[in-house]
Parts: sequence; structure tokens; C-alpha cells
Amino acid sequence: MPSLAVWKFASCDGCQLTLLDCEDELLTLAEQVQIATFAEASSAVMGGPYDVSLVEGSVTTPSDVRRIREIREQSGVLVAIGACATAGGIQALRNFADVAEFTSVVYARPDYIHTLATSTPASAHVTVDYELRGCPIDRRQLLDTLAALLVGRKPRLPAATVCTECKRAGVTCVTVAEGIACLGPVTHAGCGALCPRHHRGCYGCFGPTATPNMPALIPLLHRDGMSGPEVDRVFETFNVTQFSAERNAHHD
Amino acid sequence: MTDPRTIRVGALTRVEGEGALHVELRNGVPERVELNIYEPPRFFEAFLRGRAHTEPPDITARICGICPVAYQTSAMNAIEDACGVTVDPQVVALRRLLYCGEWIHSHALHIYMLHAPDFLGEPDVIAVAKHHRAAVERGLALKKAGNRLMELVGGRSIHPINVRLGGFYSVPTKSELKPMAEQLRAALDDALATVAWVAGFEFPDLTVDHELLALTGERYPIEDGRIARSAGNPFPIAEFSDHVRETHVPHSTALHSTLDGERHLTGPLARYSLNYALLSSVAREAATAAGLGEQCRNPFRSIIVRAVEVVYAVDEALRIIDDYERPARPFVDVPARAGVGHGVSEAPRGLLYHRYEIGADGLITAAVIVPPTAQNQAAIEDDLTRVVAAGVDLDDAELTSMCERAIRNHDPCISCATHFLTLTVERR
Repeated sequence: MPSLAVWKFASCDGCQLTLLDCEDELLTLAEQVQIATFAEASSAVMGGPYDVSLVEGSVTTPSDVRRIREIREQSGVLVAIGACATAGGIQALRNFADVAEFTSVVYARPDYIHTLATSTPASAHVTVDYELRGCPIDRRQLLDTLAALLVGRKPRLPAATVCTECKRAGVTCVTVAEGIACLGPVTHAGCGALCPRHHRGCYGCFGPTATPNMPALIPLLHRDGMSGPEVDRVFETFNVTQFSAERNAHHD
Repeated sequence: MTDPRTIRVGALTRVEGEGALHVELRNGVPERVELNIYEPPRFFEAFLRGRAHTEPPDITARICGICPVAYQTSAMNAIEDACGVTVDPQVVALRRLLYCGEWIHSHALHIYMLHAPDFLGEPDVIAVAKHHRAAVERGLALKKAGNRLMELVGGRSIHPINVRLGGFYSVPTKSELKPMAEQLRAALDDALATVAWVAGFEFPDLTVDHELLALTGERYPIEDGRIARSAGNPFPIAEFSDHVRETHVPHSTALHSTLDGERHLTGPLARYSLNYALLSSVAREAATAAGLGEQCRNPFRSIIVRAVEVVYAVDEALRIIDDYERPARPFVDVPARAGVGHGVSEAPRGLLYHRYEIGADGLITAAVIVPPTAQNQAAIEDDLTRVVAAGVDLDDAELTSMCERAIRNHDPCISCATHFLTLTVERR
């Protein structure tokens, strides 16, 4: 039986929880896959190598730099799950600030804290085979990816935009119809257009799509009521590193 | 058994997040008991500064994937307090409904997947399912009902997207809630069966005397409330930081808290013991049938208390759906105003406090977040001391197992306090 390992780095646990949220599939999955290491769910910890590793969280400490490399060596296929593992997550806001100052704000004794100045994705350290985007990841994408790896096909992870998901689902465009600012045109698909379905503009939690047209979108965000600082903040949140790189590339 | 001796065990499992435990015994007496929390810090309180007053519900949700609604709700309570805005009662009811979903899902996760394996001598829920398939399927169905409720009201179960300051982006119609009520009626049967199931487990003896801290109010406390405690005088929410003080100890990246200088406990045991009279009759009857009194001071029996709270949350969700009238407006505007606001709610793991300072420009200038697990750390360490003292005659494997169980009793959310646990027992 193929073996599966689940690993945590700096994160909220939400993406690995997504596996436990597969209530209808979990027991069936466990008949097809040996869940060899999954500290949040099991006290039985098996050594490697593992056929598939799911990696949640970002790398933020010197020991985690070593750990991600060890996990890579032990893993046939390494799948980074969620915005922390694919982009450094919201904690990557430290990359643009003074981490010593951050530490002094939160902790009375900064000298007790050992942390790197940056929060980085798994791909900054090792080769990553697949990335599931999202803060958090989408349950259906996780199941499809595991099923794909089990039967030996490539996972379906289209680098389309949230806009395409709205169109396919027949969701009325919140920007066109109501002038609601929405990041759908530049945001990676995968959530199923959740926010527009709920009368909310997309806020980019799946990060940028492969070729986002930032210069075309930003004037529309201003038109629909977002100030310059508001535009900056919405991009500088859950996928700050990736959106900032896209904006810098275009000097928008 | 030799003395002195040292035992080292790997990472603590079946908790949310990761961390370490350090216990030293000299001549059979526990000498040093530390819950080491060194999961890498994520600095939320630092990067909340300079964000708009509308952002903390989305941002602080990301502190914890298991209880995001707790973070969203305490954040909204605090900011709405700072801005002097009162939210419509029907919107508050929807918040409570969403929060019921989180209690059902989070408690079912802990009961079936994290805690029950301890009582059944199994490593995980998959192994439990080999001998107790029907029970595990019931637990999964119950958990799923909680998740579906969160998806219906919040749009997504992990980091709900439909929540905003002042209310919701969209609100369901009464008819959209109807199928959910059907699922919840089945969940109520599952919840009652869960109480009966866990009541049959064997519980080690342990009685703790921590001061209890929880919210209370007109109803069993979930989405808001006022302070209740077992010994000292209650205090206004705005004085929370005067009473619950955070200190930084070398062995932890979480801040330890004390209540008026003493250790205290928040969470299901505290909530239940301080609010028994507010439980619905079906929840109270289930508690009585399970052998619980009006208070519960044995942390090993917290699994029963959680099961009773699931009954309450399902029953309460059904009541809210039954009384539901679609709000005339999904949210009220919350214009920023300079000032300070305090907000609380009852996360599945206990009282969660937020405080924000907002500047005249509507940007946050300071944020304080006190999660339940940081508050409970001293109480957990005290439980460990008692369990180790009572278990010195156990062999190493058994004693280690008891230590792990003493920690799991409190369902610590290490991601919330941002921590990491490796278990070491040293005997000298």
C-alpha cells in the first residue's frame, strides 16, 4: 500500500485539517493508503521513505530549513499544501519588516525567541512536485490530487483565474453588475469562486494566477472604491510574497 | 525501576500544533514539569498594526484553522466595541449559529479523532474504526454536520469568507436553512449517542482546584458574554488585562497567563461548571445520564463535557434556525473611530480575548490577543505534576502515556498560542 506522510511547519493547521474534513472519504482513503506519519491525527509514527508527503506551513527557523530537506529526501512525491507552504503565508509579512521589532512587540523577552528574518515556501528550499494553493486549500482539490497520485495520473490543478470559475458556475460578476472590487481576474482558481457566490469580491487567498494582468486590474479596483493603501493591503496579506513579486514585475 | 533515570519520547501527537513536554523526577517526586512551547512565532499582533479596522476578522482567522470563527468573532466584538456599533439581533443569532457549527466540528474532531483513541488504547481514529466502525462513522457524520453548518452560514468551514465587521456579506433565507435543520436533527441523535458512548469509558481519578474562568450570560456562553469565575469577583471585559496577565517564560514561544496571579483554567470544564443552569434541558439530561454533576473537576472527564456541549450546540442551532427571521440587512456599517475596544467569545477551547487600539485614520495601532491555550498552560502543567506524582509506580511507557493524556484532556491548540511539544521524562 502506498504511504502518505503529513508534515507541519509554521501554519494554522487548517490545511492538514482539510484531510480530516474529508468525512465521507477518510475511512475509504485509509484502506487505499498507509497514513504513515500524521502527528495531528495519530500517535503511530512510521519512518520513511514515504511515497507522498503533504507539507503544510512555511519555513521560518534554522531547524526547519534542515527538516524540509530531510523530508524531501524521504519523499517520492512532495506536495506543498496551502499559502504558507506555497508562498510563505501571512507570516511572510515579516519579510518586508524588521523581525527584531516584530519580536519586541509580541514578546517581553525577545532573547528567548529564535526565528529567521524570513518566512519562505517549501520551494525556496527543495524541489516541490505539486502545489495546492489557497488559504486554506480546497478539499476537493486535495482529494483529486490524492486520487490522481494513487492511479498515477497528474493532478488537475489548472492555473486559471477565479473569473473562469464564476463564469462556469453562472455566478453574476460582482464587479460588472454591482461595482464590487474583486481580485478574481488575477487570482488563481481552486476555491470554486466562493466569495463572489457570497456577494463578496475575491480577496486573493489562492494567490496570483500564472500570468496575472495586474496593470489592467488595479485601475478597476480604484474605480470601484479602493484607495491606494487599500489596494496595497489587499495584495499584501495571505500571499504577500507572490502578489508583491507580480506588482514589482509590472511597476504598477 | 532505576532512580535516577531519564526517559525521552518523540513529538506529542493528536494535538493541534506541535510542542514538547519536560518532566523531571527525583526520588519519585516530580521536580520540574514544563510544557515547552516553541513552535515558530508568527507575529500576528505585530503585523496587525497599520491594517484597516475592517481586516482583523479575516487576518486573525488565520491564527487557527480549527477555530477560525472564534477569532473572527472576538475580533468583531472588540472592533465593534471600539467603534460604538451595535449589531442587529438577527445578525447576532446568525453569528451564534455559525459558532455552533464550529463547536460541533471542533468538539467532534477532538472527541473522536484526538481523544477517544486514548481511552480505547489505539493510536488513531483509523485504528479505532477497525473495532468501532459504527461509532467512528457516527463521529464523522457529526463532524460533517458542523462543517456543513459553517459552510452554509460562513461560506467555508476553514477561514469562513462570508463574515464581515457588522455582520455578513450575504445571509441565508429561511428556506435555505431547512435542509440544514434536517441534518441537525440526525446530528442530535448522534450527539446523544456520543455522550452515552464516552460515558462508558474508564476515567483515571483526578480532581483539580484551578480557578475556573469562562463567560456567562442569558444563554450558555458562545459568541459573547460577561466574565464568570469560580472564586474571585467577576470584572468588566475592559479590565481583562488587569486580571489576566501574560508573562514570557524561557521554555515557551507562547505567553503564559495568570488570573490575579494564580493559575486558572478556561475551556469546557470551566464553561460547564459555571454555566450548568444555562444548558438546554436535553443537554442537561444527557449530562445527568452520563453521570456528570453540576460541576466537573476531573479533566479526564472533559470528553463527556465536550460531548454534552455538542448536544447543546446542535440543539441550540436547531432553536436558532427555528426562530430565524432573515435580517433586513446583512450587515450594519461600522465606521472607524479612534479608540480602544475589547472583545471576547468562547472558543471551543475556552475564553478568547482580543483588544484593539484604532487611530483616527481607521488603522490599528495596537493589538492584544489572549488565546485559551496560553491561559491554560499553567493549569496543564499542574495537572501533569499531579498525574506524575500519582503515577510514579507506572512503567515509563505507561507514565508517558498518562502525561500525554493529561495534556490532551485540555485539547490544547498549540497553533493558537503558536507552539511545538516533544515529550521528555527525566527521572533522577
